[in-house]
Amino acid sequence: MVQKLDRLKETPSQTAGPYVHIGATPNWVEITGVWNEDLGLVLVAPETKGERIIVKGRIFDGSGTPLKDALVEIWQADAQGLYNSPQEKRGKADPHFTGWGRQPTDGTTGEYKFETIKPGRVPYKESRLMAPHITFWIVARGINIGLHTRMYFGDEEKANGECPVLARIEHKVRVPTLIASRSEENGMPTYTFDIHLQGEKETVFFDI
Amino acid sequence: MSDQGSFYQRDRSWHPPAFTPQYKTSILRSPQYPLLSLENTISELTGPVFGHDKLGPLDNDLIRNFAKTGDAIGQRIIVYGRVLDENARPVPGALVEFWQANAGGRYRHKKETYLAPLDPNFGGCGRVITDEEGRYWIRTIKPGAYPWPNGVNDWRPAHIHFSVFGHAFAQRLISQLYFEGDPMIWQCPIVSTIPDKQAIERLIAALDRENTLPMDALAYKFDIVLRGRRSTMFENRMEGN
Ligand SMILES: [Fe+3]
Repeated sequence: MVQKLDRLKETPSQTAGPYVHIGATPNWVEITGVWNEDLGLVLVAPETKGERIIVKGRIFDGSGTPLKDALVEIWQADAQGLYNSPQEKRGKADPHFTGWGRQPTDGTTGEYKFETIKPGRVPYKESRLMAPHITFWIVARGINIGLHTRMYFGDEEKANGECPVLARIEHKVRVPTLIASRSEENGMPTYTFDIHLQGEKETVFFDI
Repeated sequence: MSDQGSFYQRDRSWHPPAFTPQYKTSILRSPQYPLLSLENTISELTGPVFGHDKLGPLDNDLIRNFAKTGDAIGQRIIVYGRVLDENARPVPGALVEFWQANAGGRYRHKKETYLAPLDPNFGGCGRVITDEEGRYWIRTIKPGAYPWPNGVNDWRPAHIHFSVFGHAFAQRLISQLYFEGDPMIWQCPIVSTIPDKQAIERLIAALDRENTLPMDALAYKFDIVLRGRRSTMFENRMEGN
């Protein structure tokens, strides 16, 4: 016998099920008085630097029906491209921006919505820059292991064209599945990012 | 820093695949294209942290944190353990969130329709942050099994759902805890999405008679393992492991 590596295996994933909101956003399902407020609802404060934006969309299953029981988490850099995380060694991120958000999809319309800021660019390897992006993590009933993807910005054509991660996508027709279109809604720049779990428009998901 | 290496790639054959027809909801919710494999970038190597200031004193006590007129009804239990990484090192400061049905198998949720009654003193959510050695514990009641629409007579074994934040977004994990000795584990279409029996066993908490609270609660031990990082070469030294 050779020597043992003494490594553990990761705890296997299971679906978040239909009632993930009880644990993640209890106030949203009217379990009040336990937590003061649900975590991740608010990313920005009045002092937060950067352009205020809305990010919204729906998650569609293979029949084209929006998921009404999903939970969406986002993680992003601040306006300077720094993450508010102890693992960030390049500088100090904006203390008024958490970078992390969590929202359920609406129980009737299936829409999720975040009020956040547009992130700066962050480096890939060898100091090449990635285009500005927001990391998404999606869980729901029927999803056996959380899905990682990214949202890029439709008005960042030049940066998107140079992004080493987007360049990794072999089938170029699939790149647009990661790019959110910009519009103006109620005076706010609004990016719509719909996610398709299956079908012709299936979103590119990552094994990260 | 010792934690700058990228993470070991997820062993996708150990986790459940996306498409598992015995669990019908997965059929239309499973991506069909291959995932795009990426080396971790800073976007995945970083992650949010949660301070103890976010938590209230009863957050890890599901028997009391929603109580109105008395303790929640049911078999009183402690669930305790450690959060480790694949290198067997503790993960301190990890936020672990729990949610579960009550002793009758009923969830407190507006979309829940099971006929078992709500317990007015049980909300069903709890959370805890691991200490310096990665340890956590909660007190709760053992949840009941419940039927669910999949086959005409499918039942979930007693289980507690949990969600874990480690130190990086790449470690994000949601899963479910089952209880030692429950024969229903082996009849469940959701449990069986995990192909490997040894992997399933990693989700089964062990009854620990030595750590019961005498005259109060039984104890179950449940360790959680998050992804581990590679060593990095720094000035010709192996760092990290
Ligand atoms: Fe459940």
